Amino acid sequence: MSDDLELEQLKAAISAATPAPDAAQRARNLALAQKNFETLQGSKDAARLSSDAPRRGLFRGVIDMLRTFPAKATLTATTALVAVGLVIYLPELSRLPAPGDLLGAPEEVVVIEVDDAPVATGTASTAAAKMAGERLQTGEAPVATMMAPQAELALDQARPAPAPFVIVAEADTESYPEADPNPLKVTAQEPVSTFSIDVDTASYGVVRSSILNGYLPDPQAVRIEEMINYFPYAYAAPTGGDLPFSTQVTTFGTPWNPGTRIVHIGLQGRMPETAERPPLNLVFLIDTSGSMSQPGKLPLLKQSFALMLGQLRAEDSVAIVTYAGSAGQVLAPTPASERATILAALNALDAGGSTAGQAGLQQAYAVAEAMADEGEVSRVILATDGDFNVGLSDPEALKDYIAGKRDSGTYLSVLGFGRGNLDDATMQALAQNGNGQAAYIDTLNEAQKVLVDQLTGALFPIADDVKIQVEFNPATVAEYRLIGYETRALAREDFNNDRVDAGEIGAGHSVTALYEITPVGSAARLTEPLRYGAATEDAAAAVSGELGYLKLRYKAPGADVSQLIETPIRGEGAASDDMRFAAAIAGFGQLLGDGKYLGDWSWGEAIALANGARGKDAYGYRAEAVRLMRLAESLAAQQ
Amino acid sequence: MDMLRDTSQDEELAERAIGGDGGAFAALLARHYDRVFGLAYRLTGGRAEAEDLTQDICAALPAKLQRYDARARFTTWLYRVVVNAAHDRRRRGAAHARAAQGWGDWEVARQAADAETAERIDWLTRAMRALPDDLRDTLALVLDDMTHAEAGEVLDISEGTVSWRISQAKKRLRTLKEKEDGA
Repeated sequence: MSDDLELEQLKAAISAATPAPDAAQRARNLALAQKNFETLQGSKDAARLSSDAPRRGLFRGVIDMLRTFPAKATLTATTALVAVGLVIYLPELSRLPAPGDLLGAPEEVVVIEVDDAPVATGTASTAAAKMAGERLQTGEAPVATMMAPQAELALDQARPAPAPFVIVAEADTESYPEADPNPLKVTAQEPVSTFSIDVDTASYGVVRSSILNGYLPDPQAVRIEEMINYFPYAYAAPTGGDLPFSTQVTTFGTPWNPGTRIVHIGLQGRMPETAERPPLNLVFLIDTSGSMSQPGKLPLLKQSFALMLGQLRAEDSVAIVTYAGSAGQVLAPTPASERATILAALNALDAGGSTAGQAGLQQAYAVAEAMADEGEVSRVILATDGDFNVGLSDPEALKDYIAGKRDSGTYLSVLGFGRGNLDDATMQALAQNGNGQAAYIDTLNEAQKVLVDQLTGALFPIADDVKIQVEFNPATVAEYRLIGYETRALAREDFNNDRVDAGEIGAGHSVTALYEITPVGSAARLTEPLRYGAATEDAAAAVSGELGYLKLRYKAPGADVSQLIETPIRGEGAASDDMRFAAAIAGFGQLLGDGKYLGDWSWGEAIALANGARGKDAYGYRAEAVRLMRLAESLAAQQ
Repeated sequence: MDMLRDTSQDEELAERAIGGDGGAFAALLARHYDRVFGLAYRLTGGRAEAEDLTQDICAALPAKLQRYDARARFTTWLYRVVVNAAHDRRRRGAAHARAAQGWGDWEVARQAADAETAERIDWLTRAMRALPDDLRDTLALVLDDMTHAEAGEVLDISEGTVSWRISQAKKRLRTLKEKEDGA
C-alpha cells in the first residue's frame, strides 16, 4: 500500500489532475498585471515602454515556458490543454475588444502554442471533452497516456470503481442549501403546516443545465417548488375587489399513489395594466471577476441584458456598476431611450480589469437611491457566477444591509450565470432578503424568459411577505406532506408575526404549492393510527367534512401590516391541465431526489403525465421539460 | 527544482522589473504564470477558485514585487505570495461559512455541500481537500517539485517540520485510501 503513495507517483497524478489555465483568462491576467505595473511606475516611466516590448516579452516567456517545462510528459499534457483552450474559447475571444490591449493578443499567443504542440493531437479530444463540458470522464481514462508511466498505478488506485461512460461533474465549489425533503407528518400530532411562497426559478435552471450536460443534478440542487413555479400557469386571475391575487384550492387523485390525494393550492397575481406601470430605475451590479470571462457567463450576460433593454420604456433608466474585477460605476443613470449608450457600456465590460471595486453593492444602492423619484420602483440586479465579494464580507451584515435597503424601497434581484462556482445558497438568501427573485440563466432562451417574457412580474411586486398556513383536519386527513418548500419552512408562530419576512408575488406571477394527503381509512396510510388517539379524531370529526383550513397572509408593497385571506379546503375538484402538469413536475423533482414516496411510479409515467398536460404551452417551456425528463430517464438508467 | 529550468534569470528579471522595466516584468510573469495557476489549483482544489486567485495575485504582484529582496530566490518568494493569497482567501471563506450558519432554515451548511460535491471528483484532489490546511499547503508545494528545504522557506517553517508534515500527509492519504478501498 505504501508504495502506491510514493511522492513521485503522487506528483504525476496531481499534475495530471491539475487543469491548464484558461488561455483567454491568462492573457487578460497578464495584461492586468502589466497595467498595474505601469500604473505603479507612474506616467513618466510608462513612456519608456515601447508598444511591442511587453508583447515580445510574453512571446519569449511562452517559448521559455514550453522549452523549460519539467518533463516531456507534462509538457504534452499542458500544451494539449492550452491548444484546446483555443478551440473552445475562440468564439468568445472574437467578441472581446482586444485591439489596443497591450497584452491582449491571445490569438497570437495561442497560435504559437499550437504550432509547438504537434504531440497534442492524440490526446486533444480527451482534453476537449474535459474542458468543453467542464466535466471529466471516468472509466477508461485516456488521460493516463499523458503521464509518466509510473503514474498509471497511482491513477488506477485513484480512480473510483470503474463505471464506463458515466459522466461526473468536475471538481467545483458550488454550494447548495442543505435541506432534507419534507417528511410525512401525522395530522393528529402536527396538524399545522406553515411556509413562505417561493417564486424563484433558479433550481430549474440548474437542473436543466446539469441534465443537458449529461449528468443528473445534485439532489440538493433540486427544489421542487422552484421547478413547479418555473412554469406559467393560467389560473383564474382575481376579478374585481382589491385583492392582488386570487387563491384556489383543488383536490384530486395523486398520480403516483391511488390511496392518497393531492391538495393543489394555486395563487394567481393580478396583471396590472402595463401601460400604467411607474418608471423603472434599474442598476445592474455586475461581477467582473476573472472567472466571469467564460462564454456562459459575462458574454451571455451582455446578450441577456441587451435583450432586456428592448422591454424598457423611454422613461425608465439604467445604470451599471461593476465589482470584483473592475471598479465602480461604468454607466451613469441613462434613460432607456439612449440604447446605443447603454449597449456600448455593456459591451465594454470585461472580466478582470483592475482590482479596486470592493464597494460595489453600496455604490449600486447609492446610485439606485439617487435615481428614484417619489413613487418609482428601484431595483438592483446583481449578476454573478458566485463571487459575492461585493464589499461587505460579513454575510450577516450583508443580509442586514440588503434587508434595510428593501425596507427603504430598493429591491434586489439576483441572476446566476455559469456553473462551477455557483453559490446557490447565498444567491437565494440575498434575493429573499432583498424582496427579489433569484434566477439562474444558462441560455439565451432562459434570458428571454426571465428578462423579457416575465420582466413585468419580476420587477413589479404586487404582494410582499406572502405566507401560507394550512391546518389539516385529523378527522379526515391521517397524514400529509408538503412537496418542496423545504428551504421556505416557517415556524407556526411566524405566520402572524408581520416582522418575519417571506416571499413576494410579482405582477402576473402564479404560485403553486402541493400537499400529498392520506385520507383517514386509506390503505395507503404509512403510519399506524394510535390506539389512544381516537378520541381526538372523533371530536374534530364533528366540526365538518373539511380536509383542512387554508390561511394566507400578505402585505401590500411597502405596507407594514398584513392582510389575512382564509378558505376551507374541501375534498372536491377536477384536475386541469395546469394542475396535472404541476403534479408531473413534482414527480420529476422527486425522481431526481430519493423518490421514496413514489412507489413503483417511474419516469415513463411522469413523462406521459407531463406530455398529456402540456396544454397551450405558448412559449414551449413544457415541451422542453418533457425532453429533459426523457434525457433524465436515460441518464438515470445508466446508474 | 528540475534542472531544465533556467532559474538564474529570474532574479535578474525581477531586479530589472523593480527598476521599472515593463518588458522584464512581462517576461517574468509569463514564464511563471502556469505554475502559479497550478499551485493555486492545488491549494484551492477548484478551477474557478484557482482562476480568481490567480487574478488576485496578478493584480497585486507589481506592488508586492517592490518588497522582493533579490537575495532570496524568486520562485521561493513567488510561492510564498501564492500561499499567502490562498490563506487570505480561505480565511474569507471561513468567515463566510461561520456567519452563514445563522442565516435561517434555507441557508447552507457549506461543509455538507462540499462533502456532497467531493464524491464526484477525482480521488487525489478529494483526498488533498480533506487534509488539514497546513498539511495540504506543504504537500502542494512538495508535489510542485520543491525540496523540503525550499518548501520550508516558503512556509517559514523548518525543513524538519516539512518532512514531518509530508509523512503525516502521506499517512492520512494512505488511511483515506484504505478506508475507501474497504468500503
